[in-house]
Amino acid sequence: MKLRPLFLVISSILLGVSLFSIIKWQFKPSIDFTGGTLWELNIPDYSQEKLNQVFSKNNLELKSVNNTGTNQYLLKFSDITPDKKTELIKSFKESFPKYSELKFETLGATLGQELFKKTLAAIILSSIFLFLFIGRRFRDLSFGVGAILAMLHDTFILIGSFSLFGHFFGAELDALFVTALLTTLSSSVHDTVVTFDRIRELRRHSFQKDWVSLANQAVTETLVRSINNSMTIIFMLLALVLLGGSTTRWFATALLVGVICGTYSSTAVAIPLVLFFKKHSKKK
Amino acid sequence: MSHKKTLRRFWLIAGLTLICFLINFPKQLPLKIHLGKINWEHTLYRPEFNLGKFTLNKNIDLKYGLDLAGGSSLLFDIDTSKIPSTELSSALESLKSNIERRINLFGVSETSVQINKQQDKYRLQIDLPGVENINDAISLIGTTAQLSFKGEVDIPKEATATATIYDLFSKDTGINGSHLKQASVQINSNNSQPEVSLEFNEEGTKLFAQATKELVGKRIAIFIDNYPVTAPTVKDEITEGKASISGSFDSKSAKELAVQLNAGALPLPISIIQQSQVGATLGQDSLNKGILAGLVGLALVALFMIANYGKVGLIADIGLIIYALITLTLYRLIPITLTFPGIVGFILSIGMAVDSNILIFERLKEETRLGKDWNMALETAFGRAWDSIKDANTCTIITGFILFNPFNWSFLSTSGMIRGFAVTLILGIFVGIFTGVFVTRNLLRVFAKQKLSIKANS
Repeated sequence: MKLRPLFLVISSILLGVSLFSIIKWQFKPSIDFTGGTLWELNIPDYSQEKLNQVFSKNNLELKSVNNTGTNQYLLKFSDITPDKKTELIKSFKESFPKYSELKFETLGATLGQELFKKTLAAIILSSIFLFLFIGRRFRDLSFGVGAILAMLHDTFILIGSFSLFGHFFGAELDALFVTALLTTLSSSVHDTVVTFDRIRELRRHSFQKDWVSLANQAVTETLVRSINNSMTIIFMLLALVLLGGSTTRWFATALLVGVICGTYSSTAVAIPLVLFFKKHSKKK
Repeated sequence: MSHKKTLRRFWLIAGLTLICFLINFPKQLPLKIHLGKINWEHTLYRPEFNLGKFTLNKNIDLKYGLDLAGGSSLLFDIDTSKIPSTELSSALESLKSNIERRINLFGVSETSVQINKQQDKYRLQIDLPGVENINDAISLIGTTAQLSFKGEVDIPKEATATATIYDLFSKDTGINGSHLKQASVQINSNNSQPEVSLEFNEEGTKLFAQATKELVGKRIAIFIDNYPVTAPTVKDEITEGKASISGSFDSKSAKELAVQLNAGALPLPISIIQQSQVGATLGQDSLNKGILAGLVGLALVALFMIANYGKVGLIADIGLIIYALITLTLYRLIPITLTFPGIVGFILSIGMAVDSNILIFERLKEETRLGKDWNMALETAFGRAWDSIKDANTCTIITGFILFNPFNWSFLSTSGMIRGFAVTLILGIFVGIFTGVFVTRNLLRVFAKQKLSIKANS
């Protein structure tokens, strides 16, 4: 635990960058949050000009066009009614006779607000349940608070990293990101618990030792396991990011960031926090 | 642990693996061997399962969600403001069955119709696998036509010239769409002309009997959205709640009318708020990519385990293969509809399943380093690691359940994507504990008898 000052610096930088990015660049919410239409098409006779014509003719504002593959285009615009879509299809057939539809999704803005509220509810609920579980399991408040703070640390960095990814690579926050966020909550605590378990076990064997040396021993003993385990999950997720296709690329990336953070924070955040609390409670 | 018991467990594991392997066996697997002069072609079939009287003829093919198989998904808002709360649940139920009936007319199999409660609002979620023309589906489902039955009244002679059809049929029978149980197409046995038959519910039957009694010799008109569809003449009082509309129908127009009548029978108005549709080619593409990623990831993890833990790692890999087989078998038997996030959950859970093994093997290294006999070390390592495995996985299960939202709490998500992920993750964790602890432990015990030594890295 000599590295505590270093960890403090790293975590401060990570949290600082996250905070900076969130304030400066905010996020790119997907239509899951804002409402709107995603339309993926195969257009062999594509032309940007004609596409713009089609949309202005239908009084629709085309927000973005992304090339997702050979002749594949992903169009984004506001949410539309079925009748409007029929009109749109009609003018598409005139301009691009060879087009075919791959994917279509449209949803209203109210659904997006709902998702936001539900995300918040899920994070709060998970935190409460995990806190109760750890608190009960270790019969010690410092452990519970330490684990939960480490978890929030990871969550914040994950959110911040997606603000960065959004700014530089166009990553969007969608319903799957929410899922990744919640999975991060659990994998972060998962790792922390293994380290805590070791402290508890060591303490049972050598009661006289002070918390710092106990923590040191526990970390040394669990570090290899912690890294090895993360490696296997990282392999799996990396394969998904590189080979899994565009639908879930960012989902897998979010999980990847979450897992790496979780491994780091169990050693570098949770344990120092516990030690901090222990030191403080002794003084009283 | 006696050696006999360990061996028995070993055979149990082997048997379980074999069964899972057979269940996951492709229905047909053509084998072709052409080696020099040898030309051997044979097709292997998945065996039929006959266990005594118990025959497994359930469809055990993997089920794919709309994002992988292609299809349409629609979400409607249900307007419940005009219905008293006492009648709400029955109205919702009949809405659901009405929609299901309409979809059946569309001829799509394995559709799903669900009603979700979101705070104080009700939502109707409809999944239509294989339906690529989403607009057809919406126009069929979403028509909120109002059906009404009106009786003919006598028009005073001096007013005939100015009377409209609405004046002519102004006698309200009180029957509307909610009283219609079903409309269907029949062929009249006398003249083999198609006709539309109507069936009323209990209240509708009473009202219809009353109306036809009063209207014998006169006409009764059916309006959809105040547009007259047909006006057959009442020949007799009809008490059994059934009627048929004959006219100059061909089979197509009769079917259309039946659909319209069924459509008009929606007890609650609905409006569309979300539509999504995935083409079958895109779905297949996603599936292939997911499988490829899974296999590459699995291979990497397997190599990593062997590189790190040597022969013991190889046994963990065997455990991992058994893990994959058991999980896939459960997907088939439960059955679980596999979505792309579900595949991600599965792949992630493979990574996590190895975790138990890593925990145990690291313990094993420590114990052997302390100079313990390998068999002793094995048992201690499993015993000690079990606490950590249990605690760590409980955390994932807690979050998994919140994601899955089993009680349909309205303040949490009920989205199919998120659920698809949660369900494979939770299942993966349980199977992972089983293979990581029970399977690998017993495999190791069997092999330990042959004086396997652990390759210590340090």
